[in-house]
Amino acid sequence: METALSGLVGLFYAVAVYLMLSKHTIRMILGIVILGNAVNMTIFAAGRVLREVPPIIPAGFDTPPESVANPLPQALVLTAIVISFSFFAFLLVLAYRAYQELGTDDTDEMRVAEPDGEGPPPMGY
Amino acid sequence: MASGSQSLTFFALVLPFLAALAAPFLTRVLKHNAAWVLAIAPAFIFLHFAGLLDTIAGGATVSGGYSWIPSLDIRFSWFLDGLSLTFALLISGIGTLIVLYSGGYLKGHPQLGRFFSFILLFMGAMQGLVVSDSFLTLFVFWELTSITSFLLIGFDHKREASRRAAIQALVVTGLGGLSLLAGLLVIWIATGETELSGLLAAGDTMRHSALYLVALVLVLGGAFTKSAQFPFHFWLPNAMEAPTPVSAYLHSATMVKAGVYLVMRLNPAFGGTDAWETVLPVFGGTTLIVGTLLAIRQTDLKLMLAYTTVASLGILVMLTGLGSDKAVEGAVLYLVAHSLFKGTLFMVAGVIDHESGTRDVTKLGGLRRAMPVTFAAALLAALSMGGLPPFFGFLAKEEIYAALQFQDGWHGLFTLVAILGNALMLVIGFAVALKPFLGPRVATPKDAHEGSVLLWLGPLALATLGLVSALLSGTAHHFVSSPMASAVAGSDIAVHISVVPHVSLPLVLSVLTVVLGIVVYWRLDQARAAIAGLLAAIGWGPDRGFDQTIRGLLRVSFGVTRIIQSGRMEVYMTVTFIAIALALWAPMTVFGELPDLPDMPNLPFYEWTVLAIAAIGLGAVVYAQDRLTAIVSLGIQGFAVALLFMLLGAPDLSFTQFMVETLSVVILALAMTRLRLHPSDHRPTNEKLLDIAVAAACGAGFGLLILKVTQMPFDDSLSEFFKTYSYVIAHGRNVVNVILVDFRGLDTLGEIAVVMIAGLAILALIRVRVPKPAADGKEGG
Repeated sequence: METALSGLVGLFYAVAVYLMLSKHTIRMILGIVILGNAVNMTIFAAGRVLREVPPIIPAGFDTPPESVANPLPQALVLTAIVISFSFFAFLLVLAYRAYQELGTDDTDEMRVAEPDGEGPPPMGY
Repeated sequence: MASGSQSLTFFALVLPFLAALAAPFLTRVLKHNAAWVLAIAPAFIFLHFAGLLDTIAGGATVSGGYSWIPSLDIRFSWFLDGLSLTFALLISGIGTLIVLYSGGYLKGHPQLGRFFSFILLFMGAMQGLVVSDSFLTLFVFWELTSITSFLLIGFDHKREASRRAAIQALVVTGLGGLSLLAGLLVIWIATGETELSGLLAAGDTMRHSALYLVALVLVLGGAFTKSAQFPFHFWLPNAMEAPTPVSAYLHSATMVKAGVYLVMRLNPAFGGTDAWETVLPVFGGTTLIVGTLLAIRQTDLKLMLAYTTVASLGILVMLTGLGSDKAVEGAVLYLVAHSLFKGTLFMVAGVIDHESGTRDVTKLGGLRRAMPVTFAAALLAALSMGGLPPFFGFLAKEEIYAALQFQDGWHGLFTLVAILGNALMLVIGFAVALKPFLGPRVATPKDAHEGSVLLWLGPLALATLGLVSALLSGTAHHFVSSPMASAVAGSDIAVHISVVPHVSLPLVLSVLTVVLGIVVYWRLDQARAAIAGLLAAIGWGPDRGFDQTIRGLLRVSFGVTRIIQSGRMEVYMTVTFIAIALALWAPMTVFGELPDLPDMPNLPFYEWTVLAIAAIGLGAVVYAQDRLTAIVSLGIQGFAVALLFMLLGAPDLSFTQFMVETLSVVILALAMTRLRLHPSDHRPTNEKLLDIAVAAACGAGFGLLILKVTQMPFDDSLSEFFKTYSYVIAHGRNVVNVILVDFRGLDTLGEIAVVMIAGLAILALIRVRVPKPAADGKEGG
């Protein structure tokens, strides 16, 4: 399963990077959402995959039965999912407002901070 | 040495900095009269050091210090012998007069407090520099003088010429400072010494070291830039942009002598070699000739004096380099004489400027009646500068000629250089001190009359000292000249010369010098025109070279910035991802850490199906031609991930993922329907190929990394801990939840904080609207 999973996660990364290389902010945000999923699955896979048995302690026992899924990466990923969601929401609103203010979603045309064709600095002292 | 005296010396070193702190407040209350109070600080230091004169004259040295960085064997330590003490007395003595003079010169200036503060800071730095024993304190104070000098030259920072001069001085002396640091480190490596006193006691160690030449070149790099030796002389005349008290103090009497101090200080350890005895006289002699010739060309009083300062520094370096006992005596006497007469003349030039409104020597004349005291001070200083008896300058010149006097061809050359230099120096001295006062009265911008006591006290005191010290030459030599010359030579020297002329070759040379000087003074206007013509023919100088260098630097950095900071997002992103791909691939391939080739995974059909759905979802996002397809496809891959989590024993993750994906799709749909955006982009083919290559490299790199990680042995001790204690300690049956809310509760708090901050930021983005800029481009309210 790890082999198949690493192949799939590689594909997730590739698609995420490809989308983030776009000039359009909305495509970049799609890429970031996919990147979040890719990272989550990386953490999950690094904790090894033991199938189908959630890490839950049955009634009457003090410890879970042998061979349950690794709980640690699950806890990490759970936190990560929520954070990447709030990150996504923030970026989306940021892109939305940028579009409202600048009238474009093309990063090449967003040049408030770094104006195009800026001349050399003054040569005096 | 008694500890009480030790702490007193330490107090004397710290006092200028304390006074610098107090200066702005005092000035606010007392206005320019604060000068009287602030002058107490240098006067106290002067008296403290004067109290050591007797000890030092007896051949002893005074040292002390505190541990600073014990692990590196670095101390904050000081060391006073004849050389240091003379410098310390000059700095604090002239410093006292300069503080008073500043009070008169800058009376009513709105930034007077700041000025006092800067000049006292400088005084403290200079004081520390000349008494430092440890290399590190020497370097720190050395750089501090560069920085305070920058502040003082740029004091009038609203004028571009001031800013340029300040930057130029900082760049030149700052680079020299770095060179000095490197030189000191080389000395440390070569001899193992971290203190000057240790280096001087080490005898020939440095001279015989293989690193001698390297250390020499680096140290001289520091000394020559600081002491304005040709070809680094150009910053000193430009520094005349500073207010006159600064020129009188830093750029004649003290800071520029720091390089000379260093050369003299190192003479016992470095001197006597062929390299030393060639490099120093050649650079010093060249500087002397260039300085005097350029001085003749000027008409501005301060610039004329500035160039003769360059020339005088040249003499000092030249004599120190020649290294004979007589040459050292000449250097010592000349250094003291120069500090006295040049400080005076600068202050006189300042008084003339202050009272008459001009510094142009061709527009001045006949001021002797209006300013008798200033004229007296100027006359005394000029006679000393011209080397006429019975002034201290005369003693210095006699000793210089006694040291040179055509012993052999090499010395003969420098004798000619010295005669020419001294003669021209006399010309400038007379031009500055006599021209403005003698002859018919010339109308000046301001109606000139004598300045206040604050203004004439300093020059008169210094000029008188130049006369008195020569008349009482026995006492002066006993307390100052002989101990200082001994310290420079590294062996005991007694200076004997007095003002009583004795017929000998040096006297003949002196007379020759005076005659030559008077002839040139008589023909000054023609000489000026001739040199101006010569310089116009040359056209280029290091000063212009500095401008060209700075402009070149600006252009290069602008070009480099344009390449690195192109302002194009996709370039930054591409570079970032290429770096990530390299970071992934390079270690794996270079160290042979690629994962083993795995077997074809043997998965149940439904698991293949979910993986395939995720892959299809991803493909659809990339290829989507309209908004809805893109959003739905994004949902597909997200739900596929949720399904995977479900299948792999992580129901909590699965539920969260379902929820988050649903919300994402809904929010995205809301936002995208409001914007008229193309969900797909059309990149040119070449860009597309590059992007695909970068993306593929990153994706494959991450895939291989995960494969490799999962092939490594697994340490599950942490997981076992949570499994074991989840119920026993934390009383929860769902281990994942227990980790989140109990074992790692603080992390979860952090997570909630992140969500909250993101929410607040979103709220701010939506609610806070800055009015759009008005049509004319001005920023709206």
